[in-house]
Amino acid sequence: MGAIWVIAEPGPDGGLARISAEAATLVRELAAATGREAIGIVVAPDPAVAAADLATYLAAVWAITEPAATDHAWSAVAARHVVNLLGTEAPDAIFVGAGADGRDVAGAVSAQTGLGVLVNATAVAWTDAGPAVEMNVFGGKLITTSGFTAGRGIITIRPNVTTAVQADTVGRIEPRTADGPAALPLVRVLERVSEAGAKAPIEEAKIIVSGGRGVGGAEGFGLVEDLADALGGAVGASRAAVDSGWIPYAQQIGQTGKIVKPELYLALGISGAIQHKVGMRTSGAIVAINRDTDAPIAEFADLFVAGDLFEVGAALLTRLRARSG
Amino acid sequence: MRIVVLVKPVPDPASGSERLGPDGRLDRAVAPNVVNGNDEFALEAALKLVEAAGEGEITLLSMAPANAPETLRKALAMGATRAVHVTDAALAGSCAVSTAAVLARALRDLEFDFVLAGIDASDGVGGIVPAAIAAHLGLPYLSYAQRIEPDMTTRTIRVRRTSPTGYDLLEAPLPAVIGCTQALGEPRYPSLKGIMAARGKEIVTRSLADLGLDPATHGANAATTALLDSTMPPSRGATEIVRGTPDEGAARIVDFLVERRII
Repeated sequence: MGAIWVIAEPGPDGGLARISAEAATLVRELAAATGREAIGIVVAPDPAVAAADLATYLAAVWAITEPAATDHAWSAVAARHVVNLLGTEAPDAIFVGAGADGRDVAGAVSAQTGLGVLVNATAVAWTDAGPAVEMNVFGGKLITTSGFTAGRGIITIRPNVTTAVQADTVGRIEPRTADGPAALPLVRVLERVSEAGAKAPIEEAKIIVSGGRGVGGAEGFGLVEDLADALGGAVGASRAAVDSGWIPYAQQIGQTGKIVKPELYLALGISGAIQHKVGMRTSGAIVAINRDTDAPIAEFADLFVAGDLFEVGAALLTRLRARSG
Repeated sequence: MRIVVLVKPVPDPASGSERLGPDGRLDRAVAPNVVNGNDEFALEAALKLVEAAGEGEITLLSMAPANAPETLRKALAMGATRAVHVTDAALAGSCAVSTAAVLARALRDLEFDFVLAGIDASDGVGGIVPAAIAAHLGLPYLSYAQRIEPDMTTRTIRVRRTSPTGYDLLEAPLPAVIGCTQALGEPRYPSLKGIMAARGKEIVTRSLADLGLDPATHGANAATTALLDSTMPPSRGATEIVRGTPDEGAARIVDFLVERRII
């Protein structure tokens, strides 16, 4: 029986990253539909919490205890073990998230094993020739479906492609070791720094409230944050706002920032130039508040409210708070 | 200080005209090619490091079609020392994994203290090539760099890697491969002097044969992925434009969110 793997990425407090719960849900469904075994792999200094979490999604979890992950970048540590496991195992597909950690693991494992990589999956089906992976390319202008020439490979999956749903029964956790010859140097982490003003990660958010040049300054982002809080969403920004130093780069959406696909993208004072558009055009619903009805975003938003973002935003905040209050 | 910067010519993403050609590959002729945005941040970081050190040289390495020197000249005009252009008909249609294998082989012929690469490219957005190159070469990979601090005395490099809540401070011995982001700083415009100087700079061309690689097992023939199908996404439909008082606008947004079952 073939297998499909999920490499679980570290989440907050030693738990499971949300992208990994989503990937596990997708893998469980694919495995069930094709008669394969779904296996989750956790690599951590103490894998217990993440493995227990992952076992609520999958029938089988391999837990690898790796002290080096305490003070070394996780991706090379994890890639080493995955490469070593692949010395004796041959899964038909390996899923990781399409964020920073997942990309780093996918690249390293591909180089060490020759496995192909299909990136930024938005849907995965299974054919006689193996996985068929759908992705949005050219900033969402085109949807492509691709496969592996060898019938198997690594798939990086975007957040919010599926909703994480736990399995009916809790899976078994099997401690594993994966020693072997993988020659991947580890990278020491000297310090993990949390910065003031850091916001929730935007790639996984269901709702994003985003501010651009029109917000006018760091204090203007107060309204953006208030609206995000009222909607239960995360704060994003255009490059103009990041370059101006109003908000950290980690919140930037667009060509040289993050690509997101929330259910709602609420854009305040964002013109919607192509560099920004490619990062958010596949969002479920796009609502823009902007004074300039000639702004490009007026052409691809679902709803465009012409007006001052502070006036409309304040009125919207009042209405949202009244609803929830 | 010897730095290699990986540079990918891409169809200008600002043109908004990227598309696949009839062969299912990226249509590189549809728009003027430019240096990939994240690679420009890598090059700018390299230039600043060389300026701060008071010495050093920057070699550009690019795997790209035959017309790439037009784009490479722009990067040379920013201040790079020379360029190595890997080009071969057998490379057209390479996948990310086969691209990384060829670039890693080309790097083995170059002397460097570290390699800087853009964290991903605007045309493919896979973001796996720098990690794969590092793994091929058995070098440490420090990714999502927002600050790069090499220490040539101890031969180590420190990188601030962007994390969801701030950054991780990474350290590795040299040589190493670094994945670069926009947070490193805005790239400079080439000066007139730089543009003039770039005309005389060396662009070395390397074929697969020059690299000692067999076209049967590298490039398009070694592609690990294949396009099966492509479709246009469903149209979003027309934009509803609301004009009126701020409160009317806000009321319409709330109604819209209710209609879409978002709240």
